[in-house]
Order: sequence, then structure tokens, then C-alpha cells
Amino acid sequence: MADPLLEAKDLVKHYGSVEALRGASFTAFEGEVVSLIGDNGAGKSTLVKCLSGVERADSGTFTFGGREVDVDSPIAARALGIETVFQDLAVAPDLDPAANLYLGRELRKPGLLGLLGVLDKKEMRKRAIASFEDLGVTLQSIDVPIGSLSGGQRQSVAVARSVVWASKLVFMDEPTAALGVVQRERVLDVIRRVRDQGMAVVLISHNMPEVLAVSDRVEVLRLGRRVAKFRAADTTVEELVGAMTGALSQEDAG
Amino acid sequence: MTTPRRKPLLKRLAGTNTLWIALVLLLLIAVFGALRPDAVLTVFTLQTTLVETAVLLVLAVGMTFVIITSGIDLSVGSVLVFSGVTSAMTMNALSGGDATNAGWGVVVVGLLVALVSGAAWGILNGVLIAKAKIPPLIVTLGSFGAALGAGQLISNGSNVSGVPNVLSNNLGTGTTFGVPNLVILAAVITAAGALLLGTTRFGRHTYAIGSNEEAARRVGIAVTRHLMTVYLLAGVLAGLAGFMAMAYFRVASITGHDTDNLNAIAGVVLGGTSLFGGAGSIVGTIFGVFIPAVLRKGFVIVGVNVYWQPIAVAIVLVAAVWFDQSRRKARDQR
Repeated sequence: MADPLLEAKDLVKHYGSVEALRGASFTAFEGEVVSLIGDNGAGKSTLVKCLSGVERADSGTFTFGGREVDVDSPIAARALGIETVFQDLAVAPDLDPAANLYLGRELRKPGLLGLLGVLDKKEMRKRAIASFEDLGVTLQSIDVPIGSLSGGQRQSVAVARSVVWASKLVFMDEPTAALGVVQRERVLDVIRRVRDQGMAVVLISHNMPEVLAVSDRVEVLRLGRRVAKFRAADTTVEELVGAMTGALSQEDAG
Repeated sequence: MTTPRRKPLLKRLAGTNTLWIALVLLLLIAVFGALRPDAVLTVFTLQTTLVETAVLLVLAVGMTFVIITSGIDLSVGSVLVFSGVTSAMTMNALSGGDATNAGWGVVVVGLLVALVSGAAWGILNGVLIAKAKIPPLIVTLGSFGAALGAGQLISNGSNVSGVPNVLSNNLGTGTTFGVPNLVILAAVITAAGALLLGTTRFGRHTYAIGSNEEAARRVGIAVTRHLMTVYLLAGVLAGLAGFMAMAYFRVASITGHDTDNLNAIAGVVLGGTSLFGGAGSIVGTIFGVFIPAVLRKGFVIVGVNVYWQPIAVAIVLVAAVWFDQSRRKARDQR
């Protein structure tokens, strides 16, 4: 197999006296969906936060695209082509879907007006509609605050935002939680489409059938450490659960 | 999927508080106009109402930005007093103790001093709120007291007279084509504020921070710096308002501004800006600021005891917030 796109080794992260990560490692390759699973408190969200620049690991190494990198802010992660869908969504409920899609990356009008910071709302709206269409996101209205949309549609916009801007890797922390069956399928379709474009997708999920359905590989985190790695095609739900609970472990996984 | 079409303007507006509050304002004018058409619908009444509201409108423009970030600024009235005092005393000092006959050069220095005084309090508020993360209510309650105290210390607790005649006669009471200059200045500031909030990236980020600060931070918006800028803006506008009030009253007054902060907040909230942040507009603020003004004027003219005015304002205010809250609740239940 080729060199990994992302390789994190021996990450440690303390919150006060709580040790959320105790030498966790993680690997992701281009053009694959890799699921990160683990019981509550295993450190999945903390690991994603460290890798996406929201938090900073106390120690450990982070290699991306063959170079050791220091991702100390979400902006640094974005500069590397990494985007994240957070579990708590992190959208601005009072802004409309287009504004949320372009939040922090607003298009400005050409010329003097643009230099004054004037937004090109029309262009953003047009491109947002095109992006939502590309990704199969259907919204009943594009001109309402995102807070007035259903939970699933809000989630779709959050997913679309990260996918539209990512060029290398997308972290998705529970992107299908709180979704209905149809919308869940749609998000999984988006994940596959993104993978087929050659990007890496890191999926965090509690839903084992979903993990097996969409992933190429699965890595298991337990008590802040990687305890197992599987090829999705060669494993079963029982095996994954065994690894999560500690009933089963692989010596070489850490 | 068909391309979603924009809803017609009127339909979009109908869902907002702004439209309703505009209707309330029109209704008030219509009612007072019907009761006393001879006194209400006159150029003089229009002029005086506008002039008396100009200073408050400038404060409310800054307050709109602050409240949209889900903050609050209680200090604006005191900063207004402080800025007026420092400005008037500087102009007097430059003119050997009495600036009444001073020229434009002194007035320009006075304006700069007022703006810088406002900016200083704005920066202080901003640093304590955005950097030290002290709640805005507490910080600006502190500067509300401190700015007034500082103003009284500097002026020895008395009003500062000696305001240059050129300033008072032109900015204070002068008119251009029948429109008071004070009103023109307030209108320019308001228009600039509306464009900044409604069309620029700065405005968009202001909404985003008020709507979800964490989301704004995660998409790379410099939240701390932005909040500091917003409080700076409110401070500078309070400084300008102090200069305008001084020009109009021909004295930098220590008293009479205790409730400017609350009047500005009431105007902003009446205008449909949400105290929870993330939603609001300068256009709404204009309507919101004029409702109390029209009520006061109207009560005086039709002979209702003017002490009814704050009660009437309170009723409209509470109704507006209640409306906003129930709208949000209905939305968030989805």
C-alpha cells in the first residue's frame, strides 16, 4: 500500500487530570473511507479535535502528506486541505444555508466594493445552490435561516460545507446522528462520492452496520489508544464490538 | 431538483419583526395625526422630532452591532458625557479658557478628542469582554459608572460651557435646505452603519458571532478581534454622539444621560434586533428609535400626560421581545 496521507503517532492529550488520549495513533490513506470507532469516552472526538486543529495534543507526532506538521488551529488544518464536520454541527442558525456554506470564506464583489469588504451575495447564493445540487442536498428553501430547517437538512448543510472546501481529507464526527433513513443514505452517498474523488474520509460513528457498509478500513480506539485495525470487508460487527469492549485485541495495532 | 426561487420581498419581510414595528410606527403617526392634524403633521413637529432623536439614533447604531453579537453596552450614555466633557474642556483650554468664539480649527480638535475619548472606552470594554471574557453586562455596567465618574472628576462635577458658536450654529442648530444638520449627520452615520452591517463581510461576521460564536471561531473568523472592533465602534459612535449633544445644547452636560443606554437598547430591541444575537438590522433600529420619540411627541401634542410615555414604550418593548422569543422557540423545536 502507498504511504499514508495522514499518520498520527502516540498522541497524548490531558484535560486537567483526565487523560483523554494515552498515546493514540491513527492512519488514513488517500481515496479511502476509514472509520474511527470506540466506546463512549474512548477518545474519538478528542483525537479528531487534535487532528483538525481545534485542540492541541500535549505530545505525539502528526504527519500529513509525508511531512510532519503542526496543526495548531482550524485554519492551519484547512490550509492543509482538511475539513471537519463536528458532532455539534457548528453552524450559525440565524444565517441562511448559502451564508453558512461560505462562512469565513465569503466571496467579495470585484473591484473597489470588494476591497471595502462588500459581499457578492448573488454569486455565493448561485454557487451554493449548485454545490447543494451536486451533493444531492435538497432544501425546501435556500433563503431562510438554517435554524428553521429540519435537523437533517441542517446536518446536510454542515456536511456539504466541509466537503465543498476539503481537498485532501474530511473528518466527520457522527454526521448521520439524528438523521432519518433517507437522509442517512444520502450522507453516506456523499461520503462515497468524496472518496471516489480521491479524498480521504474519516468517519466517526456508533452505528456498526453503517460503518461496515461505507468504510474501507476500521480503526478501533479504546481508553485513549488504538487497539485494533480491520479491513471492513474482512470483519464483522461482533469483531468490532469485541475490539471496542476489550474482549479482543491486536498486539501490533498501537 | 428545481432551483429554489427567492420568495417575494413582501413575503420575506412579513416574517420579520421589522415590518411589524414599521407598521406600529406608521399606526402611531396616523393616530396622532388624526387626533391633531394641525399640530402633528407639520414641518416643525417633524424637524424637532428628528433633531431630538438624532443623538439617540447614533448611539443605537453602535448598539445594534453590539446586540447582534449577543452582547450589550450599558456604558454608551456615560461615554457620551465623558466625551462631551473632554472635548469641551480641550476646546476651552485651546482658547484660553473660553472657546465660545473659537474657530473651526479648535472645533476639529474638539471632534477628534470626543472620538478618541469614545474609542478609549470602547477599547477598554472590548478588551475586557473579548480577551478577559468577562460578561458584557458586567463590564459595561462598570464602565457605565466609571465613565460618568471620570467625566465628573475632570469637570469637577459641573456642566462645561464655552462651546464654540460656529459649532452650535452650524452642526447644533443649523439647517441645510430645511433639514437640520444634526439630522443629516445622524442619517449619514445610520446609512453607513446599515451598509456595513448589511452588505459587508464585517457585518456577516457580526451576525455569525452572535448566532454561534463557536461556529464562527471554527471557520476561522477572528472572533476576539471582531468583538473588540464592535465595542470600539460603539464607543466611537458614543463619542460622536457626545459631540453632537454638546453642539445642540451648547453645553457639555453631566446630567440627563442616565437612561440613554436603556433608550438605545430599547430602540434596538423594538426594531427587531434579538437580544440573543444573530438577528437584527439597522433599518429596524431606525423604526425602533422613533417609536418612543413619536409617542412622547404625540402625547404632548394631544395632551395626554407625558408620564404615560415610558409605560407605553414598556408595553411595546415587552411585546416585541415576547414575539421574538416565541418565534425562536417555534423555530428551534424543529
